Amino acid sequence: MRKRFFYLSIYAITILFLFGFVLSEKKGDKTKQGTKVDQCFACHKEIENLPKDFSENDIHRHANLSCFSCHGGDPNSDDQDIAMSPSKGFVGTPKRKDIPKFCGKCHSNINIMRVYQPRIATDQVEQYYTSVHGKKLLAGDENVAECSSCHTAHSILPAKDPRSSVYALNVPNTCNKCHGNSTLMKNYNIPVNQLEEYSKSVHGIALLKNKDISAPACNDCHGNHGATPPGLKSISHVCGTCHVSNMEYFNTTRMAKAFEEQDFHGCEQCHGNHGVQKPNDEMIGVGKDSKCIDCHTEGDKGFAVSKKIYSSLTDLKNKYDAANAKYLEVRQKGMNDVEIGFQLQDAKQALIQSRTLIHTFDSAKVSDKTKEGIEFSNKASLLAQKEIDDYSTRRNGFAIATLAFLVFVIALYFKIKDKEKKAS
Amino acid sequence: MMKKIGSKLIDWIDERYDLTPVRNLLLHKKVPEHRHSIWYYMGGVTLFLFLVQLFTGILLLLYYRPGEDSAYESVRFIVTEVKFGWLIRNVHSWSANLLVLFAFIHMFSVFFSKAYVKPRELTWITGFIILVLTLAFGFSGYLLPWNELAFFATKVGTDIVGVVPVIGEPLKILLRGGEEVTGATLSRFFGIHVAILPAIFTFFLVMHLLFIQQQGMHEPEHFKNLPEEKKKYIPFFPDFALKDLLLWVIVFNVLIFLALYSPWELGNKAQAFASAPEGIRPEWYFMFMFQTLKLLPAHILFLEGELLGVLFFGVAGFVWMLVPYIKIKHRPNWKIQPLTLIGIIIVAFIVIMTVLGYIL
Repeated sequence: MRKRFFYLSIYAITILFLFGFVLSEKKGDKTKQGTKVDQCFACHKEIENLPKDFSENDIHRHANLSCFSCHGGDPNSDDQDIAMSPSKGFVGTPKRKDIPKFCGKCHSNINIMRVYQPRIATDQVEQYYTSVHGKKLLAGDENVAECSSCHTAHSILPAKDPRSSVYALNVPNTCNKCHGNSTLMKNYNIPVNQLEEYSKSVHGIALLKNKDISAPACNDCHGNHGATPPGLKSISHVCGTCHVSNMEYFNTTRMAKAFEEQDFHGCEQCHGNHGVQKPNDEMIGVGKDSKCIDCHTEGDKGFAVSKKIYSSLTDLKNKYDAANAKYLEVRQKGMNDVEIGFQLQDAKQALIQSRTLIHTFDSAKVSDKTKEGIEFSNKASLLAQKEIDDYSTRRNGFAIATLAFLVFVIALYFKIKDKEKKAS
Repeated sequence: MMKKIGSKLIDWIDERYDLTPVRNLLLHKKVPEHRHSIWYYMGGVTLFLFLVQLFTGILLLLYYRPGEDSAYESVRFIVTEVKFGWLIRNVHSWSANLLVLFAFIHMFSVFFSKAYVKPRELTWITGFIILVLTLAFGFSGYLLPWNELAFFATKVGTDIVGVVPVIGEPLKILLRGGEEVTGATLSRFFGIHVAILPAIFTFFLVMHLLFIQQQGMHEPEHFKNLPEEKKKYIPFFPDFALKDLLLWVIVFNVLIFLALYSPWELGNKAQAFASAPEGIRPEWYFMFMFQTLKLLPAHILFLEGELLGVLFFGVAGFVWMLVPYIKIKHRPNWKIQPLTLIGIIIVAFIVIMTVLGYIL
């Protein structure tokens, strides 16, 4: 009996051992497969030969794409000769002129791209070759920007990522890397002060200072992949992308045609380009800061129209300011400001619309709108005045009440004194 | 003529209900006259301001509609559209603040003149409870206009309650009517402000006044030591009451002045998801506690600084209520007695912390 137990134990231990061995073998296999090593990255990291701009956060790395996805080769081999062999598809560093096509291998192929971003555009390379950069690159100029100039080569991040070189806030500085380089720009006869001008402009202040990413950066006017200076005709369209009403009004005027005939640069003619400032009412009219008198002189129709528009505008502006001053007084006095605020909002809206209507160069249209605004301002003024008058009434009421209280207090005082006298 | 009708009416009532006990209660009391008599009026002013609160509060109730969608709008309606609504609301706000101020002045004047000693212990205790209830009135009323500042101040205030161990969290949820400050908080603060607090307050106020009326005014040490013939008294009714009335009229006039020239701002409507506006601070009378909690380090020994602060104020308040029973040995050599010194330190602490709260 004892012997049988002994043998049974030996069999059991042997079976358990074998079972454990099989299990451990299977587990080992799994580990080996799971930790497949990317030999390109491993070796280049070991010999400290990773690209200068390499970043672990690169979008391609996050999508499990590695060096070989762009540069070819065999990432499974730790033998340099095999890994970087042309027979394994190794292409090495692409020449600058080939970079757009190099990236386009994937980025122009919707079948590849939809796996990563189903809604991504795949016409970047096509657009690029329509741009000044692309055309020049095709012509053999290797100083112009290609994909990696803006996106970097090995630390590419999505444009929505604030760390990205093409994130809205970073675009002006990215473009300026080349466009602010006088040595580089000398060959193209392009000024290098765009960023400086832009930074001081209404758009630049909104974007760079106030961090308002809805404000336009370089690419919003010039395009990005198809970057081209807007042509004369397209300037108003470019500005009109955001300033829709201004564009619509301007394009329907006779002035638009006249501008075209005289090769004037649409919006830019009055507002400038990179250094565009917040417009003010003095830009219209016939004063020294007026843009109209650049072309129009006393006696012509344009001069008279400009004068009328300016007069209507300033009339509304003055009425609005006066009503607003009263409104502030009402608020400061703690009186009812609700309805006045609504009227002033409408007046302000009319003022903004009047300013936009300047682009119709039709004094009657502007004047109609300013009249609306003046009506709102007058209503606001009247309401405010009523509140201010009410406040005076309250003050008078208070004075009367105080007088009554005073009489009562004096009477009480004498009564008390009288009582004290009697008591003593 | 009026006098005749008045006395006839009193006679009529007297004949039926025997007003002798009331008459005795009113007429037996005499008020000592000395150089510190001015402090006797502080309680009266506090009482007057409470009556103003009661009166203006009832008027506000006619238009105020509690609720997330109606509270702010109704207060706005009161101050803009309702005839004299601005006056009632501003007087209510100003009077609330002056009420707390005068309650504090009254309490410290009683403390420094040692009017709380036997037999007036219960007068002191009921007075202290009234002060706490007044602060609760202030805290609950602050939220009712449902504006931004009040909303966030209430959030911070109720968060502080949550710090108290064991009961803090349930108490916070009970106060808020949920995890967050919402319309439910507003509803219960309204209920607390207009029903629960007034009921409790009235009880303690009546007790407090009865005690005073029964026991008469406290005579300070220097007055007690005067020879009998040099002690001067005036009858409470009508002499002292007339002087009270004189002061009340002046205070009322000041209230209207403040309501007109410095109206209480309504600000913007509370938005639960908006970020807290700048300058969130509690009402001035909570400022010294708030500032102390802010200045305390995050951890003191093994306890959280804030928790320690809250516990400290809780214990200090309780000890303060029991002041009549605290006996500290009289030191004949000391110019200022220990308890008075403690009182001075407390007043200095409150003043300094309040000032720091506004300048830091």
